[in-house]
Amino acid sequence: MSENILSVKGVHKSFGGVHALKGVDLTIKKGEVHCLAGENGCGKSTIIKVISGVHKPDSGEVELNGKKYTSITPSEAIEAGVQIIYQDFSVFPNLTVMENLAINKALASKKKFINKKEFRRIAEEAVNKINFKVDLDALVEDLPVADKQLIAISRALLADAKLIIMDEPTTTLTKTEVKRLFEIIEDLKEQGVTILFVSHKLDEVYEICDSITIFRNGENVLSCQVSEMDDEKFAYYMTGRKFDSQNIKQNAKAGDSILEVKNLSAPGFDNVNFNLRKGEVLGISGQLGSGRTELSLALFGLLKPYEGSIVVDGKEVNITSPAKAQELGIALVPEDRLTEGLFLSQSIKRNINVTKLDELSSKLGVMNITALTDESKGWVKNIGVKTKDHEYPVQTLSGGNQQKVVLARWLATNPNVLILNAPTVGVDIGAKHDIHTLLRNLANEGRGIIVVSDDVKELVDVCDRVMVMQQGKIINEIASGDLNADMLSQYI
Amino acid sequence: MKLLKNNSLSLNQLDGNTARLLTMFVAIFLVASLTKPDMFLSSGNFQSMSKQLVEYGLLSLGVGIAMISGGIDLSVVYIANLSAIVTGMVMKALVLTAVGPELLLFILIAVLAGVLTGFLCGAFNGFLISKLHIPAMLATLGTMQLYMGIAIIISGGSTVSGIPRVFSQLISNSYLFGIPLSFFIYLFVVGFIIFIMSKTKFGMRVFLIGTNARAAAFSGIKINNVLIKTYILSGLLASLAGILSLARLSSAKADFGSSYIMQTILIVVLGGINPNGGYGTIRGIFLATITVQVISSFLNMFPEISNYYRDLIWGVAVIGVLIVNFSANKKTTAKLAKATAN
Repeated sequence: MSENILSVKGVHKSFGGVHALKGVDLTIKKGEVHCLAGENGCGKSTIIKVISGVHKPDSGEVELNGKKYTSITPSEAIEAGVQIIYQDFSVFPNLTVMENLAINKALASKKKFINKKEFRRIAEEAVNKINFKVDLDALVEDLPVADKQLIAISRALLADAKLIIMDEPTTTLTKTEVKRLFEIIEDLKEQGVTILFVSHKLDEVYEICDSITIFRNGENVLSCQVSEMDDEKFAYYMTGRKFDSQNIKQNAKAGDSILEVKNLSAPGFDNVNFNLRKGEVLGISGQLGSGRTELSLALFGLLKPYEGSIVVDGKEVNITSPAKAQELGIALVPEDRLTEGLFLSQSIKRNINVTKLDELSSKLGVMNITALTDESKGWVKNIGVKTKDHEYPVQTLSGGNQQKVVLARWLATNPNVLILNAPTVGVDIGAKHDIHTLLRNLANEGRGIIVVSDDVKELVDVCDRVMVMQQGKIINEIASGDLNADMLSQYI
Repeated sequence: MKLLKNNSLSLNQLDGNTARLLTMFVAIFLVASLTKPDMFLSSGNFQSMSKQLVEYGLLSLGVGIAMISGGIDLSVVYIANLSAIVTGMVMKALVLTAVGPELLLFILIAVLAGVLTGFLCGAFNGFLISKLHIPAMLATLGTMQLYMGIAIIISGGSTVSGIPRVFSQLISNSYLFGIPLSFFIYLFVVGFIIFIMSKTKFGMRVFLIGTNARAAAFSGIKINNVLIKTYILSGLLASLAGILSLARLSSAKADFGSSYIMQTILIVVLGGINPNGGYGTIRGIFLATITVQVISSFLNMFPEISNYYRDLIWGVAVIGVLIVNFSANKKTTAKLAKATAN
């Protein structure tokens, strides 16, 4: 037996004219936690699908547990002990925890009838493996995201997993949940399970992984021990470019108040007070459900406050709708890009133009097509959306470029107050850096920026001060001088 | 991505669906011309075809716009009937005493009353769908019954007839270069709707709401406002269809043209409007309308195909088109996925 559980050699894979994998190698030792990193579109998902048998490689070989395959089928992969925890976890929301856990085994046994006792036994065995405390009779849709993930992990273990592939498992988790996940990963490692951890968050890689492989544009550009890694090296291999590590906050100076919130209460938060000034980037943080999202919605006319007041530019205002917010110079980049931000099947151009329709149309409502085209082209160029043509559907873009399109849409309205909810979730390092720099530049132009986020590094990098929310209340405010990652982590 | 681009260019900027419809239209036209040359290629047939398609052509435009916005309008046929009845009754009431130029004025007033009916019916549909968030399918199914009910009550359940002959003559029996005036009205309306949907901000917003209503709300689009206008437009188109049908038949009844509901949906789907909203062209609806008319006239030329078979044939057609569109969509999606896969 070799000491490698998985060894991929020279795998090529093309889709149509796109060469997604250009002869990649990936070797994972038995019992280690291996990180696979890379920007969106680098071939991470493709290689996972090759390993699990979903995609057939054009050439190259996959060796699992010492057995060589030129192309592996999904059932061979499962038999060899490969299990994947996808980002959406593939759980059945309308079934109970017990049913979710036992269903695969029950189906495989070909019994026609369901034996509840047997179900319970299987389910208990599964959750005990990772010391996961959960009500087996609860409906999965009622559980928090983290529990759904643990159910998926327990289920994977039931199938005698030897190699568990986790596809960006921490994206939707809170700090405490990430911590619990890491404990479980450590535990699995002790039980001899190998983990392939797909992530592009460096701090997580340091904390949990033994070795790392970085992909860029369908090639593996680096494989090494995590101990040989540092921030600069990581960013360089991920993106192929060097970032100046200078503080992007250098010329911050705050001016007059531009948005003042007094005793504001709405469903989800209570008695919130703050003052945003021109040229300032204010961070609002807190866990999921802390009221941070509701606060941003209330400032954008999507949630009706029942108490308190909002003052914009010295005048008390009543923000009844997003259209009204736009009129007042307030813009919101929403939390969920896919469902709230984008018209996925529509063109980049239409996605950008949506906020400019009133301005760039005649009194009778006829669009000035030339002006709208110029507007869209201008933004694509200015903000650096990577595309060949702005008539392409926005769904052809990577996450970072999609986010830039949503940003462009609102920057086009020339807002005085720009609110961004989770601006860089699912965005690769390069685009993240671009967006952060852009936000600082916008602040320097005298706008007020609010960044709602639970990404500690992001908050420290771009914000002048950060307010922390918990259960709908602001529990702390950390000013510029005291702002650092350790300090902030304590509160989130 | 190259693939997509080349494809669309090679078809002279026409989307796949339009090309498919054109091919289908030409093919059926040729088959009809070759198998029944005497009957099909007569000027009489063309005149009657261009007269018949106008009414459900207008209704289909309304259903199509509603579908692009992510909804549907099942009530169009009954808005048309109600408008026709209102127009007819107003006309009869006023015209008894009128002579000469006064008559034309009264006819105009009656027509406006019909159009106003369409406006109000559409606005009510829009109110239910946008403000009260009732799914369009159910809301318009309900109002369909409601409008029919109102029509039955005000007409006493009987046919409204005795319309001044001037009116029918003017609209239905005037020809320009041998083509009926009503067909020109239809062409003008098609052009107007194409303009609305492709050149105005309202049209763009209808497409965006149909694609993702939630994102539309987050983008500052006043959704209720746009949806109410959408259904008003549909109602206006229906009332126009009703008024033209009044002119053609010199009568109106609460339950005329019930089978048109199926037919308009067939046309709209055949025309390439995505039943989930956000996609489709008015050009497609127009092509589908004339194609369906040619098929229908062609079928009429076979006395051995009894009317009993009609529903069966249209039913098979709707399902067939849905299957073809579904697989075509799947192909496009697959192509797109490949082009963008990492």
